[in-house]
Amino acid sequence: MSNENRIDTYRRKLLGGGAALVAGVTIAPGVILNTVAQAAKPGDRPLDRPVDDSVRWGLLVDANKCDGCEKCVTACHETHGVKSHGRPETDAQWIRVVKLRDRKTGYEQQLPVMCQHCKHPPCVDVCPTGASMKRADGIVLVDKHICIGCRYCMMACPYKARSFIHESLEGEQLPHAPRGKGTVESCTMCVYRVDNGQQPACVEACAAEHGEEGKALIFGDLKDPNSEISQQLKKYGGKQIRADLKLDTGVRYQGI
Amino acid sequence: MSVEFREIEGKSMGYLGLLALLGGILALGLGAAYYMEHNGHWVTGMTNQIVWGVPHVFAVFLIVAATGALNVASVATVFNRHVYKYMGRLSGLVAISLLAGGLMILVLDLGHPDRLIVAMTHYNFKSIFAWNMILYNGFFAAVFVYLWAMMDRNARPLYKPAGIFAFAWRIILTTGTGSIFGFLIAREAYNSAVMGPMFVAMSFAYGTAIFTLVLLASYAWTGRPLGDLVVRRLKNMLGIFLVTVFYFVLVFHIASLYVAQRHGVEEFLLFGDNIYSTLFWVGQMLIGLVVPFALLYLPGTSGSRFWLVIASLLVVIGGVIQMYVTIIGGQAWPLDLFPGLEESSSFFDGVIHPYHPSLPEFLLGLGGMAATLLMIALGVKILRFLPMSLEDHVVDPQHHKAAD
Ligand code: SF4
Ligand code: SF4
Repeated sequence: MSNENRIDTYRRKLLGGGAALVAGVTIAPGVILNTVAQAAKPGDRPLDRPVDDSVRWGLLVDANKCDGCEKCVTACHETHGVKSHGRPETDAQWIRVVKLRDRKTGYEQQLPVMCQHCKHPPCVDVCPTGASMKRADGIVLVDKHICIGCRYCMMACPYKARSFIHESLEGEQLPHAPRGKGTVESCTMCVYRVDNGQQPACVEACAAEHGEEGKALIFGDLKDPNSEISQQLKKYGGKQIRADLKLDTGVRYQGI
Repeated sequence: MSVEFREIEGKSMGYLGLLALLGGILALGLGAAYYMEHNGHWVTGMTNQIVWGVPHVFAVFLIVAATGALNVASVATVFNRHVYKYMGRLSGLVAISLLAGGLMILVLDLGHPDRLIVAMTHYNFKSIFAWNMILYNGFFAAVFVYLWAMMDRNARPLYKPAGIFAFAWRIILTTGTGSIFGFLIAREAYNSAVMGPMFVAMSFAYGTAIFTLVLLASYAWTGRPLGDLVVRRLKNMLGIFLVTVFYFVLVFHIASLYVAQRHGVEEFLLFGDNIYSTLFWVGQMLIGLVVPFALLYLPGTSGSRFWLVIASLLVVIGGVIQMYVTIIGGQAWPLDLFPGLEESSSFFDGVIHPYHPSLPEFLLGLGGMAATLLMIALGVKILRFLPMSLEDHVVDPQHHKAAD
């Protein structure tokens, strides 16, 4: 069974048919109700309709608001069952806080970096089997059942976004996040939550910690001019990391 | 006149001992692969920073050398050099054995070697890696047909077209292998158009060195006569290829030094206070290029078969070291996400990535080499790869008469 199918099955089991939206609202009322009226919301798509490109999910990171608390990191790794084995060099990290320092001025900032969900993802281009794939809505995933563990995608990713699973995972597996020794993984933009009408765990955690005004992460549909993320980008602009590579990333940054 | 090809006897203690030795190394390599696979890659030196380790060093070396080893046959078929003609079969055998050894390592180092069938049935045609799998399989097929054309009288008409086809295929294949690195747009060490042609030049040198070693060993150990003409030609071929490699390495690094973005990584690899710059100058350049070249042409050593063997061995060692510098050194240099800024994180952003290769990785690499040599050793016993004689008057009757 492919990754996506598995996620689908899981999703149906959890929510089932028309209850999806209602459930979405009750699970994360604050988040859902806060989005601008008419904007495409996660979970808008009926669960039995295939993913299409009417939306493009994206993230906006405001580096000025990030204080490096790492709540996003903890939330991500908790929700996906990613645990440290006490070996930092081989431990998986789906999201990390990178500290930056300008040598000349001494100006310091920090910001979370994860898979940038490139529109033209090098990882997908190089993957020999097609395990690395981009969904029509822009989310880049690895199908753990097809990945042969060649690590070519890790060589190709400009953002160091991917981790290889260097050991057997015992008791760390969660049904919505299939993982396994010998395969590569990275941020899924919490695809299982998005499809169920929730926001990614990192976004939720950041808002919970810093409040609506202070949150550094916004999730939404880049194609919808009315979405909060598009509005923000329109007002204040946003940069891509290594924009020179022209990968058209789905994760944008302000304040860098 | 026709040259007689015959299987080797293969009953001597020496031969059986050789098989046992190679078999033993191969077994160790397979054991190491099982150990790494069973525990997961954390028991190796590989990390999320250095994702391709020593196994890739050996694998890429063997695969690159494979296409070069076909040179001898190609020169005979495509360029009508009669002297090389009788070595064509052996050249084909060495080529496919090297490729098989290299691929064995590559597959056993996968996170999921058990999914080989997946790799064979799921193709992403955009991936240069997938293309390489097709190229490798095609190379086997092309060389098989070529060998068949050389060995079976009835397939004679195929000899020329098969030879030309195999020659073209191998050039594409080596370029493809080089391009694996060329596609890594964000890795500064590999971002160069010279990578492809440089790999082709290296394949010539490594392949010829290995072929020379195999040929000299086979004839010395079987006691079959081997004339100086052939040896001299191989020596000269190796010499020319070493110069070509030297040229491309020079162009590659000079060009890199001029590209501002690659300045950092170039300085790191060439002049840094680290293992890679030592390996580059002492290993790749001195041991792998300068010393063997000197041995080939200095008056004291130039005509000697012994020194030709030493020179070829040094080229092989230098070649493996070159792959280490290219593959590991290139990864040790961190990706630059925010050019101009200092970066740091729990995921090792902005720092040189250390790598401590583990014993099992080396064993797997050597196991692949042993597999290659085992295939050759068994091949010459089972089929007629080796001419009974490669004396001067056999390989070049015209030349010999004129000289008389
Ligand atoms: S950031 Fe890396 S892993 Fe994510 S889509 Fe881009 S290339 Fe792929
Ligand atoms: S490691 Fe897996 S996902 Fe990455 S390129 Fe190889 S097969 Fe594709």
